[in-house]
Amino acid sequence: MSGVDPVLGYALEVNGTRRHVTGSWLGESLLDVLRDRLGLSGAKGACEQGECGSCSVLVDGELVCSCLVLAAATVGSKILTVESFGQPGELSDVQQAFVDCGAVQCGFCTPGLIVTVHDLLDDDPDPDESAIREALAGNLCRCTGYGRIIDAVNQVSIRRRGDAAVTP
Amino acid sequence: MSAADQAVRAPRVGASAPRPDGGPKAQGRFAFSSDLVADGMLWGHTVRSPHARARIVSVDTTAARALVGVHAVLTSLDVPGRPTFGLEFADQPVLAADEVRYQGEAVAVVAAVDAETARRAAEAVRVEYELIDPLTDAEAAIIAAPIHPDGNVVRHLVIRHGDPVPDDPTLDGLVSVEGTYTVGMQDQAPLGTEAGLALPADDGGVDLFVSTQWLHVDRDQVAASLGLAPDLVRLTLGGVGGAFGAREDCSLQIHLCLLALATGRPVKMVYDRTESFVGHVHRHPAVMTYRHWAHPDGTIERVDARLVLDGGAYASSSAAVIANAACFAAGPYRVPHAIIDGWVVRTNNPPCGAMRGFGAVQTCFAHEAQMDLLAEALGMDPVQLRLHNALEPGDQILTGQVITGTAPVAEVIRTCAEAPLHDDTDNDNGAGVYALPGGAGRTTDRGDVRRGTALAVGFKNLMFSEGFDDFSTARVRIENGLVTVTCACAEVGQGFVTLAQQIVRETLGVDQVALAPADTSIGSAGSTSASRQTWMSGGAVLAASEAVRARIADAAGTDDIDAPEFVEALRFGTWDELVEHHHAPTVALDANGQGNAHVSFAFAAHRATVDVDVELGLVKLVDLVTSQDVGRQLNPLQLLGQLEGGTVQGVGLALMEEIVVVDGRVMNASFTDYLIPTIADVCDLRVAAIIEQPEPGAPFGAKGVGEAPTIPSTAAVVAAVRAATGLALPRTPVRPSDIALGERS
Amino acid sequence: MGNVTVHQPRSVTDATRLLSDGAPATLLAGGTDLMVGINAGRIRPERIVHLGGIDELRTWTTDGSHVVIGAGVTYGQMLDDDVAGLCPGLAQASRTVGSPQIRNAGTIGGNLATASPAGDTLPVLAALDATVQLASINGTRTVTLSDFITGPKQTALRNDELIRSVTIPVASGPQEYLKVGVRNAMVIALCSVALTVDLEAGRVAVALGAAGPVPIRATVAEDWVLSHVDLSSNSIADPRTLETFGSMVADAARPIDDHRGSAAYRRHAIGVLARRALARAFPARPAVAA
Repeated sequence: MSGVDPVLGYALEVNGTRRHVTGSWLGESLLDVLRDRLGLSGAKGACEQGECGSCSVLVDGELVCSCLVLAAATVGSKILTVESFGQPGELSDVQQAFVDCGAVQCGFCTPGLIVTVHDLLDDDPDPDESAIREALAGNLCRCTGYGRIIDAVNQVSIRRRGDAAVTP
Repeated sequence: MSAADQAVRAPRVGASAPRPDGGPKAQGRFAFSSDLVADGMLWGHTVRSPHARARIVSVDTTAARALVGVHAVLTSLDVPGRPTFGLEFADQPVLAADEVRYQGEAVAVVAAVDAETARRAAEAVRVEYELIDPLTDAEAAIIAAPIHPDGNVVRHLVIRHGDPVPDDPTLDGLVSVEGTYTVGMQDQAPLGTEAGLALPADDGGVDLFVSTQWLHVDRDQVAASLGLAPDLVRLTLGGVGGAFGAREDCSLQIHLCLLALATGRPVKMVYDRTESFVGHVHRHPAVMTYRHWAHPDGTIERVDARLVLDGGAYASSSAAVIANAACFAAGPYRVPHAIIDGWVVRTNNPPCGAMRGFGAVQTCFAHEAQMDLLAEALGMDPVQLRLHNALEPGDQILTGQVITGTAPVAEVIRTCAEAPLHDDTDNDNGAGVYALPGGAGRTTDRGDVRRGTALAVGFKNLMFSEGFDDFSTARVRIENGLVTVTCACAEVGQGFVTLAQQIVRETLGVDQVALAPADTSIGSAGSTSASRQTWMSGGAVLAASEAVRARIADAAGTDDIDAPEFVEALRFGTWDELVEHHHAPTVALDANGQGNAHVSFAFAAHRATVDVDVELGLVKLVDLVTSQDVGRQLNPLQLLGQLEGGTVQGVGLALMEEIVVVDGRVMNASFTDYLIPTIADVCDLRVAAIIEQPEPGAPFGAKGVGEAPTIPSTAAVVAAVRAATGLALPRTPVRPSDIALGERS
Repeated sequence: MGNVTVHQPRSVTDATRLLSDGAPATLLAGGTDLMVGINAGRIRPERIVHLGGIDELRTWTTDGSHVVIGAGVTYGQMLDDDVAGLCPGLAQASRTVGSPQIRNAGTIGGNLATASPAGDTLPVLAALDATVQLASINGTRTVTLSDFITGPKQTALRNDELIRSVTIPVASGPQEYLKVGVRNAMVIALCSVALTVDLEAGRVAVALGAAGPVPIRATVAEDWVLSHVDLSSNSIADPRTLETFGSMVADAARPIDDHRGSAAYRRHAIGVLARRALARAFPARPAVAA
């Protein structure tokens, strides 16, 4: 019916590339497919319930928890993971700001936050503090207390506006 | 050196050097233990007791072993070496044999071709239990029939300080306040759950990649239970997703190695969140009854306290936790006489052990509530009362130990108290959807809100205590100009990897410093806990760097690291120094809890402002201010990260975090119902003062900073809610019903 | 792990045809409830019918007097689209759900089908006397919300049916949704109140969430309050009305004790929320005659 076959598998478009998924049981979440079938271990699993945001990805431009997405149902969708931002050796401006502002400690929440912040700033380039908090409320962090994360978001905003980079 | 030269130098000690793993972490390329894979890898899963207490009648693994794709099903019969493990006492079975003593205790482990098959195999293991009534009351446990061969009292510690006479009539003329305070069970909730990968080795040993806080103590326990010589068990640190005490005890380490050796294949295990909640220890819940006596001018005369901590089923680090709780039970104040009666007991509740703050969090909640009650009874300002009694260098703490290092307690208090109050017209903080309690829930209007502000102060020891000969090991090697530092210090997010680079750069004048993997091929670095790694592993790296510097200086004829001769010798020689770094010795506490048991102390204060919707019991954090005594800032940005992160954990314990246990069973083992603060629940932390008085004996004079922020933060937030509501609130976390239906004091 | 089939119908017709063959099928929309169960191993479906590709379910329409919201409309859509202007109560409720990630995926149909006692849109729908359209191969039938939700996590949905849409009147007066949670995001309602005023029909409706096995309409309080408010001027003359209304609504609650909170707290909080909601809906206080 839709190119999703329990034996032959199915194809997903991930980070602009067509990737074939085989050997996956069809009830598998997108998070597990990304990590265990496609070698994209950037998205993290920390709760399996959509309560922490560590697995955040973009599906057709919408920010979602990949642990709550049925992988087989994303055939035909455009999936973007943290690996799509920046390149090896060159960080995206959001990634760079996280490093510069001390927003990374253990780093487990970081990939999910990078995706969320990219999504936020594409929608709203100059969010006020309340908007930042509301947009990031689905991303738990246990190490940082969030202060440096908010600072990183503000830094990106400032830098994209072309203002002089403010050293944190 | 010219200014231009200085400008291009990689950041050294004192600078906000960026962490070397930050880029990979931000790109999702950093390998956490849960990301590791190996060819031919199997997946492991654990069979756990659903009961808080039961006799094991039988364990039938037939059905599990018969499932296609299952490679091993192991029980207690399959543990070749020591059947038990444990941090201080080896009192916990690797796999339960005759009895289970807590809900979640491991009974068997399986390995299968994939995670789903492993889970189904675990479900297919048939364990027959005979239920026993669980012992769940910590107070009752003191005299109840033992639930473990080692007895129910893990430690009873009494501190008798000064000359405290029971029912002393001279106290009658003094002002006295008393209260009983309760702290609920908090969980460390690191985002990374337990994870590891074990590979059997050709020499009959095993290689384990694991997220942990102390590689060598894990190695020793694995070796003991596997019946292997320690050098056959090799641990390497896999990327760690936070710890906060949850990884001090073995969780899956021994299980994974057993499975790897039994199957002859690599085996990986990752706990899901629910399993993680029952798979590691928690912060000890505590019931603490206090009485303070003071003179009319506010001078504290005596503090009596009885502390009962519920250690749950196995000992973990409970003996050390109660010592901390007791030693710091009265807070950072001069107390001439004290009787502190500290108990940590065994129950069939979930096992408790290390969590950031380690006993001092609990007693700080109590002693700060007492100080506020005392201030009120004396008619004194609460800040003035604290300043009046604040410890100074040269004073004794409750154990009789004289503070010989720095103790800027008054400055910590004063700077925090004197910070300007929050200005509501400042739109940056708390406007919009979260301006009021209830947030997007729109429960509250401005007129429903009462505001309260309060301050709390706390302290604890740095490093291990009571005569433990703690040390760390580091190696600095230079070959062909490549500088490598090796240290087994577990990086759990705190930023030791950054600091190690900064120290080597500072000492040797180099820029590029490579970090070797943290593993057991080098000597122990000790535990990433007790706020000790900067002092101990930083100290080891410093000592190794200085040893290399001395060697180079000998060869170069100068110890000026910028001199061309030095630079050339560094670049063209081969230098390799290994140092084991110890701190000054401490001693055990005597029968009266007296003795120089601690190395150093760190002090912190928080001032919290909250808006409370009194009718609904909802709290909004308006402002948080802190001052902390740090000795010396080695990396200001990383320091700030510790202050902010620790403070928010304290906020969590004040307002929302509690493992709910009923009849020994955990009711909320998920992030749906164990709530940690989101970004929408906190305000900015304003740092009033970072107080730098270099600590004698500490490398660079720097004190560890990780735990101090968690200690007074909870107390300050709850005290602010008391100020807003007039309620006694002797319990934390504070629930909406405690406020909405509470009785006014 | 067994074999699982996944179907991705593109139309309601295709979907209902799949459901008509009698084989058990698990409906999947946003996944925010179902996937939690699958991830935990509690649910092991054999046949999944994924509804996310059915465009007609992801749209809403209005004829000016009613809004028909497709079951696949997400919380995010209910916040941002013009539907928020047509039903502010639903927008308020949607904003309290989960997180941005959850709001982008979760749907109103899912909220209905799961029928959790704490579902956030449900009290608003109950207050509005919403009807639910259920599609099968035999056509579409309409049931009232109270007939649809039959118990905690229980609905009248038949095995061969899917939820097509939910229909509510366009707002014709103030709407309030108030939700108590222990933290500001990703929190299940401890209790909630929806209050809607229909100025045209001259009615006030109050529904309670997480205060009973199903959403509860506080009908005694609703009837009483009509004679104590002035709809035309949005005013309340007697200040005791608010207090009394709150108590009457609290009396209608049937809360339980659970690990999130006590029945006593829930009942108390319901009363407070109801009082405040009424005060907001009727903000004017005519001056007392000298």
